[in-house]
Amino acid sequence: MQVNLTGSLRSSANGEAVVEISASTIRELLSKLLETYPGMEEHMELGIAVSIDGEIYRDSPSKKLPAGSEIFLLPRLQGG
Amino acid sequence: MTHDQSFTNQKFKLVGSRVNRPDGVDKVTGRAKYGADASAPGQLVALFLRSPHAHAKIKKLDTSKAEKLAGVKAVITSADLPDHTAGAQLDVLENCMARDRVLYDGHAVAAVAAIDKETAKKALKLIKVSYEKLPHVTDVDEAMRPGAPLVREDIFTRGVDPKPTEPSNVCKVSTFGHGDIEAGFDEADVIIEKSFKTEQTHQGYIEPHACLASVGPDGNGELWVTTQGHYTYRTVCAALLGMDMAKLKVTSSEIGGGFGGKTHVWIEPIALALSRKANRPVKAVMTRDEVFKASGPTCSTSMDIKIGAKKDGTITAGSAHIRYQDGAFRGQWGQLGAMTAFACYDLKNVQSVGYDVLVNRPKVAAYRAPSAPMAAFGVESTMDLVAEAIEMDPVTLRIKNAAKEGTRASYGPTYGPIGIGPTLEAAKNHPHMRAKLKKNQGRGMACGFWFNFGGQTCTDINISADGTVNLTLGTVDVGGSRASMSLICAEELGIPYDQVKANIADTSSLGHNDTTEGSRGTFSSGMATIFAAREAIEEMKERAAQTWDIPVEEVEWVEGEARAIGQKNDNLPPLTLKDIAARAAATGGPIAGHNEVVADGAGVSFASHICDVEVDPETGGTRIIRYTVIQDAGKAINPDYVEGQFQGGAAQGIGWALNEEYIYGDDGRLQNAGFLDYRIPVCSDLPFIDTEILEIPNPNHPYGIRGVGETSIVPPLAAIGNAVSNAAGVRMTHVPMSPPRILKAIEEAEA
Repeated sequence: MQVNLTGSLRSSANGEAVVEISASTIRELLSKLLETYPGMEEHMELGIAVSIDGEIYRDSPSKKLPAGSEIFLLPRLQGG
Repeated sequence: MTHDQSFTNQKFKLVGSRVNRPDGVDKVTGRAKYGADASAPGQLVALFLRSPHAHAKIKKLDTSKAEKLAGVKAVITSADLPDHTAGAQLDVLENCMARDRVLYDGHAVAAVAAIDKETAKKALKLIKVSYEKLPHVTDVDEAMRPGAPLVREDIFTRGVDPKPTEPSNVCKVSTFGHGDIEAGFDEADVIIEKSFKTEQTHQGYIEPHACLASVGPDGNGELWVTTQGHYTYRTVCAALLGMDMAKLKVTSSEIGGGFGGKTHVWIEPIALALSRKANRPVKAVMTRDEVFKASGPTCSTSMDIKIGAKKDGTITAGSAHIRYQDGAFRGQWGQLGAMTAFACYDLKNVQSVGYDVLVNRPKVAAYRAPSAPMAAFGVESTMDLVAEAIEMDPVTLRIKNAAKEGTRASYGPTYGPIGIGPTLEAAKNHPHMRAKLKKNQGRGMACGFWFNFGGQTCTDINISADGTVNLTLGTVDVGGSRASMSLICAEELGIPYDQVKANIADTSSLGHNDTTEGSRGTFSSGMATIFAAREAIEEMKERAAQTWDIPVEEVEWVEGEARAIGQKNDNLPPLTLKDIAARAAATGGPIAGHNEVVADGAGVSFASHICDVEVDPETGGTRIIRYTVIQDAGKAINPDYVEGQFQGGAAQGIGWALNEEYIYGDDGRLQNAGFLDYRIPVCSDLPFIDTEILEIPNPNHPYGIRGVGETSIVPPLAAIGNAVSNAAGVRMTHVPMSPPRILKAIEEAEA
């Protein structure tokens, strides 16, 4: 599936805005992303959120990634 | 048990009503216990020695004389604080206590615990520190210039390719957007470019950071503390001090304001370390000077905004270059500014670039929708300039370009159902928009966006033998959530609001709850409360079935009582919650409900604000004449508190827009660390702030709840900026719009 990278994440994927990853859960997606792009580690240490069809998930690694869904990787957000 | 968190359009009896707050009497009578209100036998007083320099190496630090002073029981420096986190949280530790160098005016270098304050003060004077001053930089633009003093030698810019080999004050570059902005600007009939600056502000919570720490020789510890997240404090303090989490019990006091500033640790790990060293309880309370200098204010910023539009009002492209200072520690504030800048609009071509920049100022912390108000000031001011250039009403321009369900957000994902369009329509139709203005008065409006989030949440419901209900929560109540949660609990159980007593548990009594931040409290604890109540109802149905000796499938729960279903059960009168509670001992023991959940899908939030001001052209002073907040709450559980959140955000935004400002001298030291010289608004500065709650349900919450705590501070800087600019006849581009800045702008325009 196509995974959209935002913000500083693109710099760790050779500047690509979209990468192709085959994964069925958020956990698998992040694991495969790290295998392919080891530079992602520094971003993952700071935290990454995953948007699935517009809903942002911060702490749901088991969340399924439905086929054809819109996936965005975002920095983990902080609030006040 | 997995529960469905989808919105169900449930009909409510209690939710949505205005009820008395359960903590109200204690707070108005002075009985409520805040961070500084706890004491313990034999407690010591902690005081901190802080850096008088913006940037310096610590050449020598001698505490020997202080340690020998009678009455001093412990002295702590960084030598007492080894890194137990393998570097993962070394920056947090370093902010609590400087290691080989001080990075900002007020950075702690040592702490003392003594039998009283006088002794502790004497001890601080006996600590000898030899500094080698280093060049400093406190301005975000200056810090980005080639040759600027380097704040840290271990920070390399992230987000650029190739990876840099030299350290930099720019710690991160984050780019968001889509489309082709150059092509978009080529399509435009009008292009407006403008630069803006906002100064650093503090959350201004009235209660300073305060705690009572106690650690025994057996490794068990307790911390009473004012915080937005006592579980987070436990996690961080235990990690920094090498303690077992389960052996550190953290209790959150009542909180006298936080607004994001009490999401990080500051003095708390040091108070625990002092207590461990002294083997006595230690109380630490920051002075106001320390709060300003050494807690976590928000960023100062500088930004360049460019918007292109066709004459019919269609925006063809938007770009933003946003520079936020993070203080002396790596942060994500510029990144957040870049994500939020254009989030209100449906743009085909958009790009925002955020720069996170280090300066010699205190570590920046979150402040209510962190980073969004400043970016909104830049974008929403430029939107008004676009409207003026194409001679279109500013609200109409915004409505024409407002994001809607299916819009690809400027930060990436596609929106679900959202409320920006409805808040703008409500603004356009609001009587405020038709009110007449007098001489020297001006009107402005602006929009704002915030993400909201949920996170880890754990809740217990325990039903007492008399049928009263203890609702045990782990999200700190910063804005009235005990009332909202009690309403939700009572709604689900079908009992009166007064039959529920909500308590905030300590960390030993309930599972982990994330910090109350990101407007998550009512969304996530509300969800956990609903599910815990439904679990308790299932248990009560079991008990009723036992009592009646019928299968549980023949029991339903309606309006606070168990009813037996079917003709054969006609002879069984309903059992109320009180009836079932009274028989609990004989039907299986205590009745409880519990839920733990990772509440995701919080649903984004939007607001539109309208503001009228009067500017005195002789003094440059601004008076807010009228102010209206319109915001989507998803579902207002307790409208009083939702309105309170709307009004509170607007009030803080008014202070930020007009007066509040960190002022640094050439020596890099903060010049106005007190409420006399740093002026937050008081009641006489504010009009009644009118509110309008819209309810566009969040599809990912059973009640449709969205967070409401933060978005209300996003539009004020821009709404007031637009109003002041209209009143003064000159575009204001620098916040705060204090009298000297307004006078200067008027004089420059006249010249």
